[in-house]
Amino acid sequence: MDEALNTGLAGLITRMADDELVLGHRNSEWTGLGPILEEDIAFSSMAQDKIGHALALYQVLERELGGTDPDHFAFFRDAGQYQCCHFVEYPNREYDFSLMRHFLFDAAETVRFASLEESTFQPFRQLARKFRGELKYHMMHARAWIHQLGHGGEAARERMQSCLSSCFGSSLGIFEEGIGDDTLISSGIFPGEKALREKWLELVEPLLEAAAFQMPSVAETGPDTGGRTGIHTSFLQPLLDEMREVFRMDPAASW
Amino acid sequence: MQSFDPRVRRLNPEPPPEPVEEGLPSWPAFEVFHQEKRGARHEHVGSLHAPNPEMALVFAKEQFGRRKKCVSIWVVPSDRILASAEQDEDMFANNLDKTYRDASGFRVMEKINRIRREQGNNQTGSKPK
Repeated sequence: MDEALNTGLAGLITRMADDELVLGHRNSEWTGLGPILEEDIAFSSMAQDKIGHALALYQVLERELGGTDPDHFAFFRDAGQYQCCHFVEYPNREYDFSLMRHFLFDAAETVRFASLEESTFQPFRQLARKFRGELKYHMMHARAWIHQLGHGGEAARERMQSCLSSCFGSSLGIFEEGIGDDTLISSGIFPGEKALREKWLELVEPLLEAAAFQMPSVAETGPDTGGRTGIHTSFLQPLLDEMREVFRMDPAASW
Repeated sequence: MQSFDPRVRRLNPEPPPEPVEEGLPSWPAFEVFHQEKRGARHEHVGSLHAPNPEMALVFAKEQFGRRKKCVSIWVVPSDRILASAEQDEDMFANNLDKTYRDASGFRVMEKINRIRREQGNNQTGSKPK
């Protein structure tokens, strides 16, 4: 593989993995605090899946592209070297926000990995197959809640609608393009963020409308970007400090 | 997927589940059964609370199907189970005495082994020279 392709690919893997790591950490903040026991278990388990996806992607980076050790890479970069989107950085608010973010993000993950099943990059095909069942469950869980709350009375519907309206623009930031994307598209590694965003809209729009929610306008909200180039919200640094606190006490410890 | 067993309704991930029945004092309980491999029987593994059967299945997957090997899960509303009364335990008291009802008295394995031996002999006998 040539140099440009390698750089582009490393960028794509890093931003995918960083999204998973940061949202996995955010969602795990609900562990023990979920609205009911059954939901607490399900949400925590899916948060763990996300960390697992991050690890698998960091391992591809290490193995295929000469990256560093995944633990080190995950825990020792400065905030500006992370490439996660702003959407995953925002702190949890009420559970309604976390559910809406879970629905929008996991739908994006679903279409991304579905497209990677046809990638020319073999490790992507392998991961896409491996994650397929997990993502199927994540979507089943997310759409069940979206539907329940959309039809669960006026208070629930209003709260979910207000979350959708306020975080939709931010969720579009998932599809912020990377520098080397054109090369990746022309080599058939991935279809590109524009195409993924279209597929994502085709997936989420009918589900939200079936749950009686009003889709915000893509043109009006505009994406919340910057994360892919290392420009982050003020919420990322405190999250990283907390996430890495124990690991950094003794980086050489074996777990 | 259409179920081959017409008695079982299957959760199709495509259409979202039915909404919650409102006005219930608390969520009803569901019994959960899991199947370790296709063809095996579904075994009872526990119970949980959920607003409706669809959400019960969503919860059951993580609560009971995330560690051990599992290929399928059933959820059944607990209030649809009819159970024998505790004080009727004595109905079953003499079961252990009635060993003549066990299938263990039949010497099937001996017969099977004998037939196997015979077939084995025949096969060696009929080998072309």
